[in-house]
Formats: sequence, C-alpha cells, structure tokens
Amino acid sequence: MATSTTLDPAIGPGTETMAEAAARRIGISGYLACFKGIVWREVLRYLHQRERFFSALVRPLIWLFIFAAGFRQTLGVSIIPPYESYVLYEEFIAPGLIGMILLFNAMQSSLSMVYDRETGAMRTLLVSPFPRSFLLLSKLLGGVSVALLQVYAFLFVAWFWEIQPPKITEIKLFTMYETPVWLGDVFGSVKEPVVTSLIGLPTFLQAYAGYITVIPALLLAGLMLGSLALFMSSVIKQLENFAGVMNFVIFPMFFASSALYPLWRIREASPLLYEICRFNPFTYCVELIRFALHGQIDTVSLGVVIACTAGFLAAAVYAYNPSKGLIARRGGPGGSA
Amino acid sequence: MTLQETIQPGGADSMIPSLVVSGVSHAFGDKRVLDNVSLTVPQGAFVVLLGLNGAGKSTLFSLITRLYDNVSGQIAIRGFDVRRKPSQALQKLGVVFQSRTLDSDLTLLQNLKYHAALHGYHGGDAATRAAQALEVVGLAERSGEKVRALSGGQARRVEIARSLMHRPDLLLLDEATVGLDIGSRESVVKIVRDLVASQGLGVLWATHLMDEVRPGDHVVVLHKGRVMFKGGVPDFMKTTGKDSVSEAFRAITGSAAALEEAA
Repeated sequence: MATSTTLDPAIGPGTETMAEAAARRIGISGYLACFKGIVWREVLRYLHQRERFFSALVRPLIWLFIFAAGFRQTLGVSIIPPYESYVLYEEFIAPGLIGMILLFNAMQSSLSMVYDRETGAMRTLLVSPFPRSFLLLSKLLGGVSVALLQVYAFLFVAWFWEIQPPKITEIKLFTMYETPVWLGDVFGSVKEPVVTSLIGLPTFLQAYAGYITVIPALLLAGLMLGSLALFMSSVIKQLENFAGVMNFVIFPMFFASSALYPLWRIREASPLLYEICRFNPFTYCVELIRFALHGQIDTVSLGVVIACTAGFLAAAVYAYNPSKGLIARRGGPGGSA
Repeated sequence: MTLQETIQPGGADSMIPSLVVSGVSHAFGDKRVLDNVSLTVPQGAFVVLLGLNGAGKSTLFSLITRLYDNVSGQIAIRGFDVRRKPSQALQKLGVVFQSRTLDSDLTLLQNLKYHAALHGYHGGDAATRAAQALEVVGLAERSGEKVRALSGGQARRVEIARSLMHRPDLLLLDEATVGLDIGSRESVVKIVRDLVASQGLGVLWATHLMDEVRPGDHVVVLHKGRVMFKGGVPDFMKTTGKDSVSEAFRAITGSAAALEEAA
C-alpha cells in the first residue's frame, strides 16, 4: 500500500496563523455550502434506497386505490370548503394521504436520527462549526425535500386516476373558525366562511396551478411534522422504542384527524372525538394542504401549523443543546463513557 | 516540549497548544466519570491517552468536541474556548470517533464532500480537498467506490482523510485501531505519526493498547476518570520503576486484571 503523508498546502494542517483563523468567520457562502451539503446527502441517501421510495409510494396508493374505492359508496362527502361541488371520496382523502406521506417521512427521518445517534454517525453532523440550530434545521429541510419528491410521485400516479387539483383562477384567503369548547370563547367564532381574493393567475397557469400553490403548504406541514419527529428522536432512547411511536404517535395523529373523513362527520359520531381531532395539529396540516391544492390559504390552519412548527422546533433545538437538553442529561448522541 | 497545565499567555502563534484541558470534571447523574482532568497537547506532539474501557476517554472526547457541555473547567483548542467560541474551536479540530461514522451507502468521495460541506466548503473546493486527502491515506483510486466495499482498516483511513480536509490543528482519535488486523493497525498508526512529523499536527490518540506507545510520545494515563500520570515515556518508566509501558501502566493503575483485559 503506497501512502503519502505530504499534504498539499491548500489542505495541510496548521498552516493558518491564529489571526487568520480568528478572521475566518464563516460567511453566508459557508452557510449555503453547509445547507446544500446536508440536503444533498439526505436526497442522495434516499435515492440510494429504492425500497424506501417504493414503499413510501405504495402505502398511500393502496389507500387511494383500495380503501377509498371501497368506501366511495358508503361515505358521502357533502359540499364543504374548499370544495364547490360534491367530490368523490378519493378526491377528498388525497390531501390526507399527502399528509400521511409527510407524516411517515418525518417519522422515518426521526428513526434514522435515532439510528445515527446509536451508531455515532450523528456526531459528524454535530461537530460541525456551524450553530447546532442551523444544522438541525438544515437536516429537517433535507428530510422535507425527500418528502416533496414522494408527494409529487404520488400526485403523478394519482393524476392517472383523475385525482387532480381543480382549475384555479385566483389565490384566495379563507377564514372560518370556531373556538374549541375547552378554550372558552376567547377568540369568538366565524361560522360563515370569509373568502378574500388576493391575486389573479394568468390563464396558462390556471389548469395546473394547484401543483404549485400546494408547495408552501407542503413545506410548512413537512417542517412541522419534521420538527416534531426531531424532538421525538431526542426523547427516544433506543431504536427498539420506536415501535411505540407507531402506536402512540403516527396512528392516533393520522386517524384522529380530517385526513380520512370530514370533521362534521366525526362530530355527529362523538363530540369528544371531534374536539380531539381539532386539537390534533395534523388536522391543520391536512386542511392547509387541502385548501392549498384549491389555491386557497386557510388562515386558521396556517396559524396553527406555523405556531406548532415554532414550538416543536424550539423543543428540538433545546433537546439537542449540549448544555441544556435531554441529550446532555442522558449521555449524548451515540455517546459512551 | 513538555506537557503544560495551562494556556500559554501571549506567546507566539506556534506556541499556543493544540489542546488545553484544564480542571474538567463530568458526571452522568450521580456517577462521576471525569474528575478534575487536565492535560495539554502541544502543536506537533503525539499524545497518547492511555486508559482501559470505561476510563472516561470517550466522555473526555465528547466534551472536547462539544457533544457534551463542559460545565466545570476549561477546554481550549488553539486558544479558542470550546464553550465560548465553539465555532472557531471546532474549525481547528479533526476527529476520528470510536464508532464508524461513514455512510456506507455513499461513495468515499461523497462522504468526504459531505464533511467538507459541514465545514462550509463548496463543490469544486470540496472535491479538490477530498481527492487530496484520499491521496494522503492512499485511497485516491477508490474514491468512486461505496464505503461498504472497504475493509475496516481502509474505512478508518477514509475517516482520517475526512478529519484532515478542513486543515485542523488538532486531531483526536478515539480507539482508532480497535477491531483492525495488525497490518491495518500499523498502517493507520504510521499515517497519523507521519502527519505529526511532517505537518506539525497535534494529536490526542486514545487507546487501551499499550504496544501503540513509542518512546518519544507523551503519555496521559486516565483511570476511573482521573489522570494518574502525564509526561514522557521515559519519565513514565522512571516514575514507576518499570521496564515496559505495560508494567508501568499496571503499576500506576494497580490493575493487573484490567491490564490483561486490555491486552
């Protein structure tokens, strides 16, 4: 084996003076390189794992082609915003299935972070000179990028099933809410929808605009679920404990939401369950996506998703902070004494 | 150059040690794993951190790399306090962790480019640095292969290459040769020792394998979280009155059974 230990001066250690090192603050360009590198790795890893791609695609398609087809006749969906006419059940649950893709992808990211922590791979990320909050946010956005690829693969297949966003002529702001019972009447209620036009769309864009207007909603919902998963990855001590996440987080979040049935249907069945569904942040992810596919911004969902994202992200950053968080108290990322 | 307890104030650039650990303690709950640990790695020195499994070596590394927060004492890399100036300190640090941290699904080059990005280097620059670093460890021709195709020793060399890409002044290696065959071990040790000699890199080499200590090395013996000895190898033998590093270690730690385990 021939090895050379002569480093090129460009990468040789110890060639900077202290003054140079102190002066070499990491600029915006460095942050950009770091961000790109983290996102690139997430996408690359995903593309290398073809099984993951197909399983992520097959899951919502089974729901769409089998579950929804079976329920089409038994579950009628009346005209509720943002729909302007009766819709097929498949069309109703499509935003819920998109939410499902985001939810499973976030939990998959969380799983891989627990695995990385157990194997020690997480350490390479955390010893980077960039702020830890920036590193975690970049990793989060990397996961969301992967989720977006999955969502568009799903929408592509759904297009052949004639599940397509409607023609959109203008972007609208939608407001309608009812303060939950347990909150009293602090926010009052807007029981009739208030719809405000924001901007008209050019004709050539109108037919496929839903595929574009949904992007911000996907990003926000992906960030919210990713932040939650990131926080959970700091709480979960071992990989084996992850099975509990399926039972206690993914399934309750998905089923106790508006993903599969409109909330008014749930209220008819159980007012308590209805309140639980309204308390579930995943409901607002689904509604944000549903309205965005119709070129509408649901203000309540937008507010809830932004607030939850901020809360979950702050909790995750706190948990991964070496001086304060849960990781430090328990013995660190992949750490051993 | 001898080991020193504190940062040298106001000295020339080259006189600032690669690493200073001063009065560091750490506990997990009620269990104290490090107790008032102090050591220095001067620039261009190969310092062996000798200790058995559970001595606290990995915890000390986690504190130096800021994976844990050091709440007592001070740690400075090239004069930068890791708590107050973490970004500057981590820029000067290269690490090879005890556990394997390469992504086995990616190629050598992709792994290294990812690391370069984590230090803020863009595509072209990152690729150049990666190629040069792989050249140093003799794996340039395999840069396009996936990591899973490498042997344990080769993967270790890639990790060393990765740790060099951002021009560190201090290299930490935590049990870098564990699990390697004798040929791979010698290869890894030789690469790192040559870097110390040719580039003036400060190295903290944590191990429980006594045969990796050379007569010219500095030795820090860590036992049950405490520094039992620090100094040159001749002093180590002289202090203990023993003829070999193994016997000296045994005498210092009073742990014959533990030494057999280490061997």
